[in-house]
Amino acid sequence: MPQSTSRAKVRRERGSSVRQTLPKVPTGITGFDDVTGGGLPRGRPTLVAGGPGCGKTLFALEFLMRGAVEFDEPGVFVTFEETPQDLELNVRSLGYDLARLVKNKRIAIEYVRVERAEIEETGEYDLEALFIRLNDALRSVKGKRIVLDTIESLFGGLADDGILRAELRRLFGWLREREITAVITGEKGDNTLTRQGLEEYVSDCVIALDHRVIDQISTRRLRVVKYRGSSHGTNEYPFLIDRDGIAVLPVTSLQLQHTASDDHVSTGLPWLDRMFDDRGYLQGSSVLLSGSAGTGKTSIGGHFLEAACRSGLRALCFTFEESPAQYSRNMAPIGINVSRWVKKGLLRIHAARPTLYGLEAHLATMHRDIDQFKPAVVVVDPLSSFRGGTVGEIHSTLIRLVDYLKTRQITAVFMHLIPGTGAAAGMDKDIEVGVSSLMDTWILLRNTPGGGDRELVIVKSRGMPHAADEQRFRITSHGLATDEPLGALPSATRIRTD
Amino acid sequence: MSNKAASGHRRPKEWILRLYIAGHSARAAAALRNLESICDEHLSGRYEIEVIDLLKHPQLARGDQIVAVPTLVRRLPQPIKRIIGDLSNAERVLVGLDLRPRARVARVGA
Repeated sequence: MPQSTSRAKVRRERGSSVRQTLPKVPTGITGFDDVTGGGLPRGRPTLVAGGPGCGKTLFALEFLMRGAVEFDEPGVFVTFEETPQDLELNVRSLGYDLARLVKNKRIAIEYVRVERAEIEETGEYDLEALFIRLNDALRSVKGKRIVLDTIESLFGGLADDGILRAELRRLFGWLREREITAVITGEKGDNTLTRQGLEEYVSDCVIALDHRVIDQISTRRLRVVKYRGSSHGTNEYPFLIDRDGIAVLPVTSLQLQHTASDDHVSTGLPWLDRMFDDRGYLQGSSVLLSGSAGTGKTSIGGHFLEAACRSGLRALCFTFEESPAQYSRNMAPIGINVSRWVKKGLLRIHAARPTLYGLEAHLATMHRDIDQFKPAVVVVDPLSSFRGGTVGEIHSTLIRLVDYLKTRQITAVFMHLIPGTGAAAGMDKDIEVGVSSLMDTWILLRNTPGGGDRELVIVKSRGMPHAADEQRFRITSHGLATDEPLGALPSATRIRTD
Repeated sequence: MSNKAASGHRRPKEWILRLYIAGHSARAAAALRNLESICDEHLSGRYEIEVIDLLKHPQLARGDQIVAVPTLVRRLPQPIKRIIGDLSNAERVLVGLDLRPRARVARVGA
C-alpha cells in the first residue's frame, strides 16, 4: 500500500505520462482504498453524499482520525451540526480518543454554528471569516486533511443564496490551492445527490452512501459516482458499520488466477485423509459437505478444525445456528475440546445470525473476521443460513466468499443441510446445485440404508485422486470412526474428477 | 486589540457593539461608517463600538461564531444579536438591533 506519494514523485509521474491519474491518499477505511485504487484524490475535495443515518459523518471522521493516527496527516473537523462533545462520544465507541488527538494537536475541531433566527442581513458580505477560521485551525495542527460536515447547513443559516454559492466555489478553490485533502458531506436531496447541488462544485470525486431496509434487513451500500482520472468500478459496494468503523466490501470478480497449491490439510480423520489420496483436502480448496440432519456434518467440521489447531494453524468457525457455548457442548461428546483451542488463541468461533444484517453485510462481517484472525482453515456451518435473497443473490454472495477465501489460500469446509421435504426444500436444492459447481470437493453424507451407521461418499474432488466407494463410519466418543483398521481400508482409487 | 470609538465618558455603556472585519477593505470602512451614523442618531452617548480585525486576531472569530464579514454583534444589551453585511440598510440594522419592531419595517417597506 503506497502510504503517501511524495511531491517529487508526483511531479515525476506527471512528466512521464500525458494522461495521469490523480495521486491518492489512503483513507485507512477497510476496503475503501481497495475499491478506489488507493483512496481519495490527494489535495482535492471529495463529496460524500447520502441520506440521514447513512454513515457520512462516520466516514468523514474515520478518514480524519486514521489520517492523523496511521498516515501522519493531521486534520481539521469542521462540524456545522454536531457539537464537539457529540463527536467525541460518537468516536469513542470506535475506540478513538478524539479528546487526546485534539490535545496532542493531531486534530482540531472547529464548531461552526449559524442560526438564522439570530442573524439579520443587510448589504454586501462575504465568508472571509469562515476562511480565516479554517485557515487558523489548519495552521494549529499543520493540517493536511479537512472535513466539512455538512457545509449545507450554511444554506439554512444565511439568506443570500447567491453570495453563499459564490463563496462555496471560492472555498473549494481555496482548499485545492492549499492542497488540502477534503471530505465534504452532503445531505441527499429528493431527486438529487445533495439538497444544495454540492456536486456542482466538487468535480474530482463523488461518493454516495445509501442505507436501505428491505424485508427488515438493513443493507448499506457505497457507490463511487465519479472519480476523475481514475478507473473505478461502477459497482455498488456493500459496507458495514461495526465497532471498528466502516468496512467496505470489495466486489471481486471471480478471479481464476488463484495460485494452485500442492499442499494438503488434514481432514482430522485418518480414514478420511486416506480417501483423499492419503493426504487430506487440498490447501486453499473449498469443500462442500452435504447431508441430511444427524449425518455427522458438524462433527466432520469439528475434526477438521481441531486437526488444524493441533498443527498450530489458526481455525475459524462460522456457526450460524448455535452459540459458541452450544457449539462447544456439541463437540464434547466426540472428544473435541473446543475451549482448549479457543484459549490458546488458535480457534475462534463466530456465531452470528445472518438475517439480522442481510446477505451483503453478513459477508462483510465474515470478511472482516477473516482479515483480523487470519485463519488457515475456515468452517461455515451451515451454508443454508445464507438467506434473505433470491437464489441468484445467494449464489453470487457465495461465489464472492469462496473467491475471497481462495485468494487467501484458506481451506474452507461448507456444511450444507439437505432438508427432508417441505417448502424450503426446492430452494435449498437450487442453492446446492449452484454451490456444488463452485466447490473443488463435494462430500455427501447419509444414513446407511439399514440404519445405525452413516456413510460418506466423495462425489468429486477437483485436481486430486480420491476414493470412489462409500465409506461407513460411526459416531463414537472418540469421534467419527470406521470399524475396519486403517490398513485394511481401500486406498484411494485413482479417480480424477473434473 | 482594536480601536474603540466611543462617545461620552466614565458611565458604563448600555450598548456594547462589536464589528468584525477582515482587513481594512472598502466594505469594512462602509460598514463602520454606516454603523457610526446609525448609532449617533439613535444611541447617542450610550454606545461603544469595538472593531475587531480577524486578519490580526483570527482566534476571536470562534467565540462569537463569526462566519461572514462584516458582522456586527450586539454584546449588550442581552440577548446577543448578529447583523451581517455592510449595514447599508439603516432600517434593517435598527430592526436587527431591536431598536425598531419588525412590523414597523413592514409598513415602511410597503
